Amino acid sequence: MSILQVRDLTKSFGGVQAVRGVSFEVGAGELLALIGPNGAGKTTCFNMLNGQIRPDRGSVTLEGRDLTGLSPRRIWRMGVGRTFQITATYASMTVRENVQMVLLSRHRRLFDLWRPAASEYVDEALDLLEQVGMRPQADRPCGVLAYGDVKRVELAMALASEPRLLLMDEPTAGMAPKERIELMALTAELVRRRGVAVLFTEHDMDVVFAHAHRIIVLSRGALIASGPPPVVRDDPDVQEVYLGSGAMFAKEGAA
Amino acid sequence: MTVSRRMVLGSSVAAVLAVGLAGQALAADPVRIGEINSYTGLPAFTIPYRNGWELAVEEINAKGGVLGGRKIVVVSRDDNGKPDDAVRIANELVTAEKVHLLAGTFFSHIGLAVSDFAKQNKTLFIAAEPLTDAITWEKGNRYTFRLRPSNYMQAAMLVEEAAKLPAKRWATVAPNYEYGQSAVAVFKELLKAKRPDVEFVTEQWPAQGKIDAGSTAQALAAGNPDAIFNVTFGPDLSKFVREGTLRGLFEGKPVVSLLTGEPEYLDPLKGEAPEGWIVTGYPWDQIDTAEHKAFLAAYQKKFNDYPRLGSIVGYVTMKTAAAALERAGSTDAEKLVDAMQGLKVDTPLGAITYRGSDHQATLGAYVGKIAVKGGRGVMTDWRYADGAAYLPPDEVVAKRRPQ
Amino acid sequence: MGFLVAQFLSGLAHASSLFLVAAGLSIIFGVTRIVNFAHGSFYMLGAFVAYSLADRLSGALGFWGAVAGAAVFAGLLGVAVEVLLLRRLYRSPELFQLLATFGLVLVVQDLALAIWGPEDLLGPRAPGLEGIVRILGRPFPQYDLLLIALGPAVLGLLWLLFHRTRWGILVRAATEDREMTGALGVKQTRLFTSVLFLGTALAGLAGALQVPREAANLQMDINIVVEAFVVVVIGGMGSVAGAFLASLLIGQLQAFGILIFPQVTLVLVFLVMALVLVVRPYGLLGRPQAVPRAGHAPETPIAPASQGARIAWAAALAVLLALPLAVGDYALVVLTEVFVLALFASSLHFAMGPGGMVSFGHAAYFGLGAYGAGLLMKHLGAGMVPGLIAAPLAAGLGALVFGWFCVRLSGVYLAMLTLAFAQIVWSVAFQWYSVTGGDNGILGVWPAAWAAPKWAFYYLSLVLAGGGIYLLRRVIFSPFGYALRAGRDSPLRSDAIGIPVKRHQWAAFTLSGAAAGLAGGLYAYSKGSVFPNLISISTSVDALVMVLLGGVQTLTGPIVGAAVFHGLETEMVRHTDYWRLLLGVAIIAMVLVFPQGVVGALERLRPRRPGQAREEAVAR
Repeated sequence: MSILQVRDLTKSFGGVQAVRGVSFEVGAGELLALIGPNGAGKTTCFNMLNGQIRPDRGSVTLEGRDLTGLSPRRIWRMGVGRTFQITATYASMTVRENVQMVLLSRHRRLFDLWRPAASEYVDEALDLLEQVGMRPQADRPCGVLAYGDVKRVELAMALASEPRLLLMDEPTAGMAPKERIELMALTAELVRRRGVAVLFTEHDMDVVFAHAHRIIVLSRGALIASGPPPVVRDDPDVQEVYLGSGAMFAKEGAA
Repeated sequence: MTVSRRMVLGSSVAAVLAVGLAGQALAADPVRIGEINSYTGLPAFTIPYRNGWELAVEEINAKGGVLGGRKIVVVSRDDNGKPDDAVRIANELVTAEKVHLLAGTFFSHIGLAVSDFAKQNKTLFIAAEPLTDAITWEKGNRYTFRLRPSNYMQAAMLVEEAAKLPAKRWATVAPNYEYGQSAVAVFKELLKAKRPDVEFVTEQWPAQGKIDAGSTAQALAAGNPDAIFNVTFGPDLSKFVREGTLRGLFEGKPVVSLLTGEPEYLDPLKGEAPEGWIVTGYPWDQIDTAEHKAFLAAYQKKFNDYPRLGSIVGYVTMKTAAAALERAGSTDAEKLVDAMQGLKVDTPLGAITYRGSDHQATLGAYVGKIAVKGGRGVMTDWRYADGAAYLPPDEVVAKRRPQ
Repeated sequence: MGFLVAQFLSGLAHASSLFLVAAGLSIIFGVTRIVNFAHGSFYMLGAFVAYSLADRLSGALGFWGAVAGAAVFAGLLGVAVEVLLLRRLYRSPELFQLLATFGLVLVVQDLALAIWGPEDLLGPRAPGLEGIVRILGRPFPQYDLLLIALGPAVLGLLWLLFHRTRWGILVRAATEDREMTGALGVKQTRLFTSVLFLGTALAGLAGALQVPREAANLQMDINIVVEAFVVVVIGGMGSVAGAFLASLLIGQLQAFGILIFPQVTLVLVFLVMALVLVVRPYGLLGRPQAVPRAGHAPETPIAPASQGARIAWAAALAVLLALPLAVGDYALVVLTEVFVLALFASSLHFAMGPGGMVSFGHAAYFGLGAYGAGLLMKHLGAGMVPGLIAAPLAAGLGALVFGWFCVRLSGVYLAMLTLAFAQIVWSVAFQWYSVTGGDNGILGVWPAAWAAPKWAFYYLSLVLAGGGIYLLRRVIFSPFGYALRAGRDSPLRSDAIGIPVKRHQWAAFTLSGAAAGLAGGLYAYSKGSVFPNLISISTSVDALVMVLLGGVQTLTGPIVGAAVFHGLETEMVRHTDYWRLLLGVAIIAMVLVFPQGVVGALERLRPRRPGQAREEAVAR
């Protein structure tokens, strides 16, 4: 049973079609990679799913509920979590408070003016940090963490909202190769246990081919291939597209 | 500036020393007067004023002080140009410095704030310079008396001259706040009463300190008035005079102008003082009454400078305090207030009385025309307008004061 | 027709002078991100120096030499200020330099008074341009024609400078992205110093060119700086062309505004600024500001008071409670004011710190509170208790309305919109005589009989101000406060986890306004009167100085800042005429010694918290 269904998604900017009639689905526990050369429309596609851009046409449904054109906040409330390419955590809060912030929002406590926030949902927050291996650093300010650790905190924050679908924009960007593998392995394990659907974009093809269950490929706004990694790897259209940029099978990816 | 600061310190020290010496002989505490003014906000006006009261205090103490040998000590403070600061200082002066009465202030709103404080704390307050009519009328109270001729009085003096002019079409220009608004209102009301045939064709209300003088002058000219009533002062005035003169605004048009003859406003204009303007002011160098000559000589000797109108006001303020103390025979606030009612004080401009009905002193002003002599503005064809003649009668003001 | 043309030309002349000042301010802000409060001081010094030089030199050469000399003098002074003062503050929290420039304003005011004396100084007219020309039959000053030509000429020269020289290109690059310029290997310090020279020299030039039009006087600095900020903001911060357009707009607005609404010229420019900002949030030609510059350390996480701190607070409270037994009435009066100002500063800090919304017009809410109480007394004869209830409500309502517009903006634009609203409220209070009493204010706003003794009002203020500060603090630690900080730290992330950032900011702005209103109400009853100056820019600036002085990144900063600032001011006023000089020097010294604010510096000295110790361990 698929969690996310995308039908005929289309968006143009001033006459340029950024995304053209894209359709795909993501199932529970599935990691779907969205790849394509620069300017293929990945980001536009992503931002239509998370609500930052309104599609011209097409629909996005999450477990049967229509998300099309809703605001990011509404979409999040309906069960779509996300991580950012450039990390966005709260530098003036501790690691634990970052996760607590999400929990407070999930429990609709944002307009509570009285109880001390830091003592709310402590166990739940620590449990999530435990899962991403950040519990020992729970009391450190987020602003001083190493980059890889911030990514882990982001993952914990994303999971704190108990999402049905997780959108991850370049989850391993800027990390060392070893860290990348670790983070994606962790992600894969967590989503498998929770039955979350994951859609991620990624430049590093090693990461993509090692962790994605399926891959969809965008080129000039259109979906040109989709399927399990070996199928996509051997697709002539995909090779054509990537030969142009020379990036697909380069050893270190195209980051 | 430096000089006057030193003077203050010097005179306070001198006063303290004098008290110390006198104390042994007379065992009498000095009378303490709390004084508040905008020394940093308006130094051009308040420093001559301070010189004036320093001279008065020196004279009073040299003659043996008041109340049978008690010296006067003035505790002076800067109000920072803010009424709320002035109230805090008034608090300090009354509660910490234990002054027997309060005096001073220049700005109308600060004078009002202190007058309300005086009412609340039942302390005598001699408002030296604020011009607003409210301080003696609508907002008047038992504890507040005002020395300087009010807005109403000065406007009335000018109306007397304005009514003699043939002009029928008048324009007004005044800073856009209570002082300007009430000056224009009084001027219009009184002139209309004397000359029902006049009409007011244009009004300009530049923001205080921010006049766009060229545009304002042109806008006034566009109304094609026969004469102009001006209330702007300070930097606005010099800008207005320059731009207006340049544009020929004043050619063939009489201008009647409030306060412009006071040295504080006239002197900065130097040779560009607007000739022929009819003004209220203070021709310090031409008054040859004995009492003024004596004052002038003493002032010039002590400060090596000529007096401004503020010097007169400061001087008379302390003379008033001394006279009130003597008449009351006590430093008790209620007795002092009673003594102030109808108190007569001799001043360099002649004798004045503090009216019992509205607590306004009858100090007058000089009305005359501006001329340029020797590269600076002077007053000519002037006369002393006694304040008593320009105040409404007792029964009229009684209705305007809160009961 | 001739009249309208003359009026139009007058507007152009005014626009040109305004442009020179505003262009300098805009260039300085664009590159260094310094909100240079002292820009008006350079303008004023330009006028005074030109006056003195023209007085000594004679003839046409003397006059124009004096103008040029004044501009160079102002520029060199700007360089000195950059090298000695501002350079040390680039890594301080945002806006901290504003505090230093505020200190500078105070110092310059007193120095100018000491050097040039209190009287207005009317300088000579420009030789050769004393007369008039007739334009469509109307007389028009020759000198104004020169000014009209000068504006576009300076604009053209600046354009050449910025587009045709390597230095100019670097300046433009730095305006776009400071960090990148640093990465290009450009000597940032030298660039900043030269920009300060250009900007302040333009201010000095503008001041010098005013000599033939107005007497050099001690109010010039304050009068011009606010107007210059308005122009810069309308044009778009950092945009010289924008400043030019905005100057034209303001110049014409004043020239024709006085014909149509002679009474409302005071408020007209601020109405226009508010309107422009509502429609174009970054000014006419401005671009969205880059993310606030990095460089200063991120705020450390807030933590509830430790055991030691709680004991210290309890002890302080005990001392304050016992104090009326020991000290005289005057000390109680001053302390009462400190309580009120601490609440006021805390309310501003609440918006600035956790809320990330800097307000340059917080006096609006302080004043609305005071007027809320005062007007209720004046028109309905209400007593103190209803007055003190009305105060936060009136201010909260004002903040609710103004906040709706303000939270749509960010950074300096938000700050300037708050200033515009404050000026609008101020002019209403100042000019609506029949309701507010105009500048004669509202008298007789005294406490109820039971609260009239100084010690009684002291306790009342302690309870209400202390309670208000406690509530604000409680909110900062609540989920609402956390969500507010979250919205400030990362609006993108906050949006993605369901935080309605703008709504939180709006609510926080309203709450902050209400707290300021309570402070204003208390202040009114402590003074017995309410005057428009409570809403003036200087009241807003005082609050800002208190917050920055204490340390914007700390929670107790505003309380300490209020106590230090108010204590210094009241004491210095008592002892010297030159209190502004001393206060200015004290502020500059504190800025240099405590670049994170007083409390910020103390926190650095304090033994590390357990969390920090652990952090060290982990880092190792």
